[in-house]
Amino acid sequence: MDYVLSFIIFLPTVAALVLALFLRGDDEIAQLNAKRLALFATVITFLISLFVIAEFDPSNTGFQMVEQAEWIMGLQYKMGVDGISVLFVMLTTFLMPLVIWSTWDMKVRVKEYMIAFLLLETLMLGVFCALDLMLFYVFFEAGLIPMFLIIGIWGGANRIYASFKFFLYTFIGSVLMLVAMIAMYMDAGTTDIVALMAHEFSTESFSILGVNVVGGMQMLAFLAFFASFAVKMPMWPVHTWLPDAHVQAPTAGSVVLASILLKMGGYGFLRFSIPMFPVASHMMADIILWMSAIAIVYTSLVALVQSDMKKLIAYSSVAHMGYVTAGIFSLNQQGVDGAIFQMISHGFIAGALFLSVGVIYDRMHTREIDAYGGLVNRMPAYALVFMFFTMANVGLPGTSGFVGEFLTLMGMFQANTWVAMVATTGVILSAAYALWLYRRVVMGELIKESLKTIKDLTPREKWIIAPLVAMTLLLGVYPSLVTDIIGPSVEVLLNNYNAAVPMDVVTAAATH
Amino acid sequence: MTSADFSIVLPEFLLAVYSLAALLFAVYTGKDKVAGLITWTTAGAFVVAAVILASRSAGAHAAFNGMFIDDAFARFAKVGILLAGAAVLVMSQDYMKKHDMLKFEYPIIVSLSTIGMMVMVSAGDLMALYMGLELMSLALYVIASFRRDSVRSSEAGLKYFVLGSLSSGLLLYGASLTYGFAGTTNFAGILSVVHDGAPLGVLFGLVFMITGMAFKVSAVPFHMWTPDVYEGAPTPVTAFFATAPKLAAMALFARVLHDAFGGISSDWSQIVALIAVASMFLGAIAGIGQTNIKRLMAYSSISHMGFALIGVASGSVGGVQAALIYMAIYVVMNIGTFAFIMTMERDGKPVTEIKALNRYWQVNPTKALAVLFLMFSMAGVPPMVGFFGKLAVLQAAVEANMTWLATAGVIASVIGAFYYLRVVYYMFFGSEVEPLDNTKGGIANVVVLVVGLVMLVGIVNLFGVDTMAMTAAEALVR
Repeated sequence: MDYVLSFIIFLPTVAALVLALFLRGDDEIAQLNAKRLALFATVITFLISLFVIAEFDPSNTGFQMVEQAEWIMGLQYKMGVDGISVLFVMLTTFLMPLVIWSTWDMKVRVKEYMIAFLLLETLMLGVFCALDLMLFYVFFEAGLIPMFLIIGIWGGANRIYASFKFFLYTFIGSVLMLVAMIAMYMDAGTTDIVALMAHEFSTESFSILGVNVVGGMQMLAFLAFFASFAVKMPMWPVHTWLPDAHVQAPTAGSVVLASILLKMGGYGFLRFSIPMFPVASHMMADIILWMSAIAIVYTSLVALVQSDMKKLIAYSSVAHMGYVTAGIFSLNQQGVDGAIFQMISHGFIAGALFLSVGVIYDRMHTREIDAYGGLVNRMPAYALVFMFFTMANVGLPGTSGFVGEFLTLMGMFQANTWVAMVATTGVILSAAYALWLYRRVVMGELIKESLKTIKDLTPREKWIIAPLVAMTLLLGVYPSLVTDIIGPSVEVLLNNYNAAVPMDVVTAAATH
Repeated sequence: MTSADFSIVLPEFLLAVYSLAALLFAVYTGKDKVAGLITWTTAGAFVVAAVILASRSAGAHAAFNGMFIDDAFARFAKVGILLAGAAVLVMSQDYMKKHDMLKFEYPIIVSLSTIGMMVMVSAGDLMALYMGLELMSLALYVIASFRRDSVRSSEAGLKYFVLGSLSSGLLLYGASLTYGFAGTTNFAGILSVVHDGAPLGVLFGLVFMITGMAFKVSAVPFHMWTPDVYEGAPTPVTAFFATAPKLAAMALFARVLHDAFGGISSDWSQIVALIAVASMFLGAIAGIGQTNIKRLMAYSSISHMGFALIGVASGSVGGVQAALIYMAIYVVMNIGTFAFIMTMERDGKPVTEIKALNRYWQVNPTKALAVLFLMFSMAGVPPMVGFFGKLAVLQAAVEANMTWLATAGVIASVIGAFYYLRVVYYMFFGSEVEPLDNTKGGIANVVVLVVGLVMLVGIVNLFGVDTMAMTAAEALVR
């Protein structure tokens, strides 16, 4: 059990290698075998990851199940989980089998598709477990390659534009982070994340080309990390790659993108920005809170006018990520707890929504809202599921969406009342676009000729959606399942933050 | 000449004897009929020389009154040059045979230019430097126009010759200025004269010498010849241009700046940094519009030279180490990519249009995947090896307090990523066109696959290159 993390991280890679090296042919049997092997590998990964959560001790706020080995150029291979990262690991291993299963009808280049997703799982798990700066960067960046290929090869009509935009947008954010990481390495003499959290980076201001940099190195490094994570999140105004990528990506790609890849940004803020640059975080918190508030309102309004279902849900994702960034930079227990909760919950809800769109897209091959209407008459089960996740997306009490939104709003309210007020309007707006979407697609008379023969959910589709329904409900009625695990780690994070920010700065801000 | 001197230059001497012997042998026997044999023996001689050098005991030795230095730095560069030369010779044989260019002069000229490179990275004196540089360059001018019946090839050779002579002239002018003001041509002597603060004449000399060397590594603004020569020369020759001479010239760059002008590093570091930034950006931006893959590789190499120069500009042990790591990785990536370009053909004719790669994935998935690895490695995306080269030079820049240089570097790398992605795009997402031939077998194909794999497997320990480069850099920077 010593190497359980490395085991779950690299198990999908091993499966991908087996597929690449030993599976021959592209007939139906080979395709089915590829899917079976991929499903098998992801299920096993999930089962082994259950050991991780079972062994995990929430009261221990340090890193657990740590593995460490020397690597090249003074870097090291170090893995471990704490209360903040362990649930993201679980989210990833939980969703991947469902994602693989959802591609069962796939016919084009199935083997390569499976390999891409298996590698992606390795890279995503690596991001959440890495405890070395450069190792984190390697996983973080490497994830772009399979996603670029998934969008580019299996995507929709405008896939090339979307894949390039996705790649270059995220790449430019990350390379700035790379420079900051190197500067941190030179400053602290280590790339160990645990050691870096304890290292105090200078906040002494200096001037570059006559411009005075308030907050000094911390501020510059914070901004460089911010460039990367804000693009990944994505935050307004650098969110424009996301709708394109979502619309063009195949369903499974959209699910992974929305449910897991976006969370890397929020995870990054919690793992790097706040513990390593507390003063800069403090100085930037207000600006980020306002950016989040704008994101929530603006992207909700944009979502209202979309005619493409996937695009609408993509914009809704950006709005929900706005709650996450606002929660994180509220810098209090409720806010950060809520942000993590919101990310986990959004992982289930957004994933389920994209799967739901995928269900009707597979039948009708269009995502235009106008092409649908009155689906409830022919697809009652679908109407029910879609209703459930629409409500969860809106934040209906009893679903996990409510807990996340409520906690983050509570955090925001303590940090900045005005921001909370603006952000709360987002709740109303989200109800508007989500319910309107539902009305146009599901309700009403079934007039369209093409829809007259549409079939309801197949048993496979029901089984894929069922776990997501269960998790959304479970977390909705029993949120301490999550907060008990993250709580202690978040508390330590915030204690360290409060200790690092000089009291006079805090009081000056409070009296302001 | 004492026997001690002689034993130090043994590898160069043996190669020179071999080249002349091979020339006579070929002329008096079957001429082009033995070309294949001579290619193999030359590659073998390179490997033998590399093994002799690699197994040398540590420490520095000087021969001929300090004219020729054999230290860990020179050995690292020489082993790299020799292995790159051997790889290019071996993998280009099928191409040469197919396109009727398998002539016995080719391996011999390559061997002579390699001797030039070895002398030049070992130079401890301005005269030895010039001798090595000219031996290399003259041989390269000849093989640039090796395809005698092609106008493009002749044009490439002529252009290379004219511009190359100009740059040699500039370098020579700089060398004579330096000699005039420093009173010696010996590097150690120059170092002691210009230890703190150089006379103006020496500074002028330094600038002219940097110009000449920048030409050889094709750094901006002395890069103009590169795209035309790369495009015009036969592909195996281009592969050679892109690898061994670049490594040699970069090593020479570091050698001269540290061994002779190490005391005034603040004077040259800014110049080199500027050249580096200009090269990275020009290579990245000008490559975007290219339609010919050989021209694209020319701009790619201009950009890569800019990155390697970041390491040189840092002026530290870490910087030289980074430049060496970068160059080693660069050479391996280029060998793989050019091996692939050699196998690009349609109906038996070589093709260099990037568009011809459309849907190459369906033609040969394994090779397409290897090229995918190569392209992402060139773009510097982890987990490919190319990323670690970039990481090393960026670290050196930040360590030397040139964070602005590192920032400029990463921005250029994002711009450059576009054209590498474009190659991937054609191969994997492109539209249907008449596909390329599915060339199978042959050494070039094997090289593509092996190098592609190396790009990924190298992440484990970089094959120890980083520690070797460290030893080499410590020998140079004192």
